[in-house]
Order: sequence, then structure tokens, then C-alpha cells
Amino acid sequence: MPGSSSQTAEKPSRFHLSQRRREAITGYLFVSPWILALLVFTAYPVIASFFFSMTDYNILRPPVWVGLKNFETMFTQDPLFWVSVKNTAYYALLSVPLGLLVGLLLAMLLNQKLMGIGFYRTAFYLPSLVPAVAATLLWLVILDPRLGLVNEALGALGIAPIGWFRSAAWAKPALILMSMWLGSGTSMLIFLAALKEIPQSLMDAAMIDGAGSLQRFRHVTLPLISPTILFNLIMGIIGSFQVFGSAFVATGSANTAGPLNSLLMYMLLLYRNAFRYFNMGYASAMALVMFLALVLVTVVTIRSSSQWVYYETAGRQ
Amino acid sequence: MNSAQALLRSSPEMVRIRQRKAARQLVQALLSHLVLLSVAVLFLVPFVWLIITSLKQETQVFTDPLIWIPKPVMWSNYPDALTTPAFNFLPLLKNTLFYVITTTFGTVVSSTMVAYGLARLRFPGKNFLFIVTLATMMLPGIVTLIPTYILFKTLGWVGSYAPLIVPAFFGSAFNIFLLRQFMMTIPWDLTDAALVDGANDFIILWRIVVPLITPALLVIAVFNIMYTWNDFFGPLIYLSNSKQYPLVMGLYAFRTQHSIQWTLLMAASLATCLPLIVLFFIAQRYFIEGITLTGLKGV
Repeated sequence: MPGSSSQTAEKPSRFHLSQRRREAITGYLFVSPWILALLVFTAYPVIASFFFSMTDYNILRPPVWVGLKNFETMFTQDPLFWVSVKNTAYYALLSVPLGLLVGLLLAMLLNQKLMGIGFYRTAFYLPSLVPAVAATLLWLVILDPRLGLVNEALGALGIAPIGWFRSAAWAKPALILMSMWLGSGTSMLIFLAALKEIPQSLMDAAMIDGAGSLQRFRHVTLPLISPTILFNLIMGIIGSFQVFGSAFVATGSANTAGPLNSLLMYMLLLYRNAFRYFNMGYASAMALVMFLALVLVTVVTIRSSSQWVYYETAGRQ
Repeated sequence: MNSAQALLRSSPEMVRIRQRKAARQLVQALLSHLVLLSVAVLFLVPFVWLIITSLKQETQVFTDPLIWIPKPVMWSNYPDALTTPAFNFLPLLKNTLFYVITTTFGTVVSSTMVAYGLARLRFPGKNFLFIVTLATMMLPGIVTLIPTYILFKTLGWVGSYAPLIVPAFFGSAFNIFLLRQFMMTIPWDLTDAALVDGANDFIILWRIVVPLITPALLVIAVFNIMYTWNDFFGPLIYLSNSKQYPLVMGLYAFRTQHSIQWTLLMAASLATCLPLIVLFFIAQRYFIEGITLTGLKGV
């Protein structure tokens, strides 16, 4: 705390002490809502989820302790669990890298000195404002297997119509395609801010050294924006693991999940268990497994990042 | 020296070089615009299709070849869609506004207070609290979902807006973090002078700090508006009566009806996102600044 040193440097007097205490009391007063929130909405739920995950609990009757039974059921007896894991992994593995790529490409397109660049930025970002429910309804029309806009365009290129949301093989690609439209804007803006931070002098220096545009991208741009890539990567992973709204609306009702369960995402199955069947114990166990998976993947990603993320100053905050 | 340079610059050869450079830049700019424009078209065509479809007759939605210009233009789809019992726009809008305004007010006020405590006051355990706040930002919502729901169920709050609104009044990790960072940059002399004049911390916060961090407050307000306007999962699990539904839930309920009328559904979809898009054009700066801040401060 700069500036406060003038106060602390004084010889502690009785008056000073009471002033300090008064400041502390005021401080606690100001942060008290947050402390309460941390206790009630974070600490308690995190601890309770471990407890609930080892119970049979349907809310109406008190929880019954069952030990690790929920986890056993999940891993060995619930085929839908593995279906949802596979679907979510498929979705994450494709949508996260593609989302990063699209976001970065859009940002690079926007990082030019051109007239009217603000219009393009708005155009690229606009889809991100659309709620997932509305976007999914729109894409159900656009991706109609028989007479949708996309199939019509593909037909003009001589490509046979694709089943999209009506086909088990194409339902997830349809969802991913939609997520590119719906979700690229945010990562694009974050990338754009990072690109604008790159000092022009570095680019000029590279150019004088004879680096072509590809080399400049590879050796100047990419290292300098690597922390941002890591950030967007982690955000993308967390978001894609918990994808819900688009898959939920695309499937039509809570009890179906696309052709052959092809859109049964992890969160969809969790939602079904928790809020349709009121298997709160089982749903808690599912939530915990997802949490651990997220922690694991995030830690591995961050660990690996020391290999490819470049920090300008070692002591960066 | 200067006149020599001027002479050199106006020499026919230099003029030609410069003209060639200008021509190359023009071609480059045109090419860039061409690429940008085609990508923009890709991103905007779905919107255009949304508008076109919303103005068609139901029989014109799926046709071969596609119909790009609705004939007749069914303006009546809008009044029809926005007044059907399945999607009663005004009450839905009222509920959305209620949800958006209360939570935005709540999170701005509470996060400002907490951020002030963390940024400008000294008390034991402050650093620990700050670290916990950072850790909470990383915590995915899924871990707390079920026990929080059970807690609200026990309190008898499920089926009302309370679970969606009350937590907003206790601060949110990201907002607190962001505001704290802004408050840290305020010179201590400013607030110390007020302290000497006998102002208490509430007065300092309200009179000195808040005016200085207004852009940051607008950023978190805009963010919260965007989040709650589009929030689907919260209302889905906590609200049960369709009279309470916000717009997004109303749209979902409209879709689950037995006979889907795509034209009306598209009109309703557009009506659902239009207010937010209008707000975006008014407050674009704060949207973009906010997203940029999440990225820069996030790592």
C-alpha cells in the first residue's frame, strides 16, 4: 500500500491504535457481505457437495449415506454417463481449438489500420450478444437437413445435403459450427487487445532483420500473445466442458438428447439427474467428477504452458 | 539540408516511388476490406436470415429454392408473436428487466463496498481474503450448483426470483477483483485529505472513489446486464411458474409447444435479443473494455 507508510511510520500511540482498530472494524464492515457470500455460497456448497455425493438424496426424504455407490454406478453401470463423457470430450476437443483459431484469425483481421474497422468489429462481435436459446432456434432453421440455408449453399458447391441436428453423426458438428458463430466474439476481443499491446518497434525491428510476415507472426506475435492464448484456452475448456443451453434447446425437450443421444452432454445428463429425477446424490457425484476433471485438465494445461507461454518479465503479476 | 530533402522528395523519381507505394497500399487496403467484408457477411447472414424468416408466411420458411424476399411481407408476425399466450412479450420483458435491474444494482453496490474494503482499508486477514477471492474466480459453477439449489429449496425460495437475485447483493468475485484494481490506482493523498477533513469512509467512497471509477462500474453493470439478460440455466432450475419467466425462458417455452411456428419463433427470438443489441450500440465502449479487461487481468 503506497502512501500508507506515512501513517505506519509514526510512533504507535494510544490514539493511533484505536484509529487502527476503528479502520479494521470499518474494513470488516465493508467486506462483510462478501465474507458471508464466501461462507454460504462457496465454502458450504463445496464441502456439502462431497457429503451429498456419498448419499442417496431426493430432497423429500433426508439423505441416506451410501458411501462410494454413486461413483461406482456412474463408472460401471450407467451407460449414459460414458455417452455424455464421450460427447462432451468430442465437443471440447473440436470446439476449443477451433474457437481459439477463429478468435485469433478474426482478431488479426481486425488488427489493421483501415477505415471502417469498427463496423467489422461490431459485425464479428454481434452474435455473442444473442442468447443461446435464440441462437439455437435460428440455427435449427439455418441447418435444416432438407431446406436449410447451409445445405442449400453446400448444394451449390455440389455437396450432398447434411443431416446436421437430425443425424447422429452430424449433430455435434452442427453444435460446434454454431458455437463458432456464437462464441468467437469474446475470445476475438481478448486477442485483439493483446495484439494491440505488441509494440510496433518490435515488428519494425523484425522487419529490418528481414523477417517475412509469417516469420514475424511465428517469432514475434505468437510468443507475445501466448499468455492470452493460455487464458482463452483455459476459459474455452471450462466453458466447453459445461456446455448446456445450446445442446438442451437443440434437442427439443429435456427427455431427449438428439439422435442416438448424440447431444447428451455432461451437463444435460447432470441436469436430468438433478432436476428431472431429483437424484441429488448422484448429480452431486457427477458434479464432483466434472470438477476434478476440470482441475486436472487445467493443471495439465498450465503445467504444459511453461513450454510454450512466453512471459516478458519473469516477475509478471 | 532541409531544402535538399525537399528537392529530393519532389524529384520525379521519388514521386514515382511514392505513387507506386500509395497504389500498393490502396490495393492492399482494398484486399483487406474484401476479406473483412466476406467474413462479416458470414457472421451477419444468420441475422439477416432471422429477420427474413420472421417476415415470411409459415409455408415460405422451408422452400426449394430458398425465398430471400418474403412475399407478402408479414409484418403482422410481430404483433402475433409478441401477444400469443405462449410468448407474451410485455410481461416477459418486465420479468427480464426486474431480474436485470435488481441484480445489476445489487452486484454493483455490494462489489463496490467490498472492493473499497479490500483496496483502501487495513484489517487483519485482508490478503488472505483477497487470495480466496482470486481462487473463487477460478472455481467452476458446477461444484456449488447442487448444494446451493438444495439450500434454496430448504429455505423455500425455489419457485421465486430470490435464488437468482439475493446472491447478487453479496458481491461477486470478478467484480470485486476488477473494482479493487481500479481503486488501488487512486492516489492516497486524495482520500487522506478528506479523512483529515473529518469525512468517514462511506463519504469518501461515495464522493471521491465512485466518481473516479465510474467507467469500471459501468463495465461491470453492462457485463451483469448481458449475463442476466441471456441467463437460461438459472431461471430454468429456479422458476416454475410461466408467469415469472424472463424472455429467454419464455422463448424456450414457446419452442416446446406442440406445433412449432418458425416465423413467429424467429420474430420472438429477434425481439428477445434486440434490446441487448441496442444497448450494445449505446454502450459499446464498456462492453469491449470489460471483455478486454477479463483477458488482460485474467492471467
